[in-house]
Amino acid sequence: MSITFDLIPWHALTGGFVIGIAVTLLLFFDGRIAGISGIVGGLYRVKKGDISWRVAFIFGLVVSALIWKLFFDMPPIQIETSHVMLALAGLLVGYGTRLGSGCTSGHGVCGLSRRSPRSIAATVVFMLTGFAAVYLLRHVLTV
Amino acid sequence: MVSFIALIAGIIFGLGIIASGMVNPALVLAFLDVAGDWDATLLWVMGGAVTVGTIAFMLAKKRKQSYLGLPMKIPGVAKIDSRLLSGSLLFGIGWGIAGICPGPALVLMGTGNSDALVFLVAMLLGMGIYQMTQDRG
Repeated sequence: MSITFDLIPWHALTGGFVIGIAVTLLLFFDGRIAGISGIVGGLYRVKKGDISWRVAFIFGLVVSALIWKLFFDMPPIQIETSHVMLALAGLLVGYGTRLGSGCTSGHGVCGLSRRSPRSIAATVVFMLTGFAAVYLLRHVLTV
Repeated sequence: MVSFIALIAGIIFGLGIIASGMVNPALVLAFLDVAGDWDATLLWVMGGAVTVGTIAFMLAKKRKQSYLGLPMKIPGVAKIDSRLLSGSLLFGIGWGIAGICPGPALVLMGTGNSDALVFLVAMLLGMGIYQMTQDRG
């Protein structure tokens, strides 16, 4: 039994639960889906009374790193992608998540939680193209 | 109060991203690298989040209003269309290049990582390009 338990990455599972709690909080109190690309994207079309909660959520995400550092060491952050490729990736992620109405949080976490066929399709597509992109970059083009 | 809850939810979401290890783009790329030294960590994070989320949405479906009296903005059933699929396709390519998606991009900003900032600025620009060219609402 202990062998099985050791195979579970508890930090990952716990982190997932914590993300789920954040989703629950925003849903139960604010009646909103915690889809990050949607929350950010909504700020591009200003609607009265629809700004402050978005800004507050985004601010919370940004300061979470500072709060974490008060209590724990930050885990290693390794980025080996060049700035040109990071910029290209950012453009694709920004444009793609808006066109596709969601990202890993909106479709991946919230959408799968409510078994939405659209979100299941979206998640399958971005996972498969993610696999394909990494495969091409790491094993075919080797840049 | 609505914004205060959103702030707390954002903080908790970010702490979850950090605790899970998904703040590190190298770990996300290790999950996406199925032909290499594959790392399943991301699946455990998704599994944990979806487990809690499933219960939350089951309970939320029965409600007309949130605890703060707001309408429950849960998307209805819509068709799987080409916008959804092509958008997700482009997102997946970008995600595979950098190992960063919108949530971790914002958390990484708080760590002061300058490489991640390049990604974040481009991501916000990408959303702006969408808004100028595609938005139909």
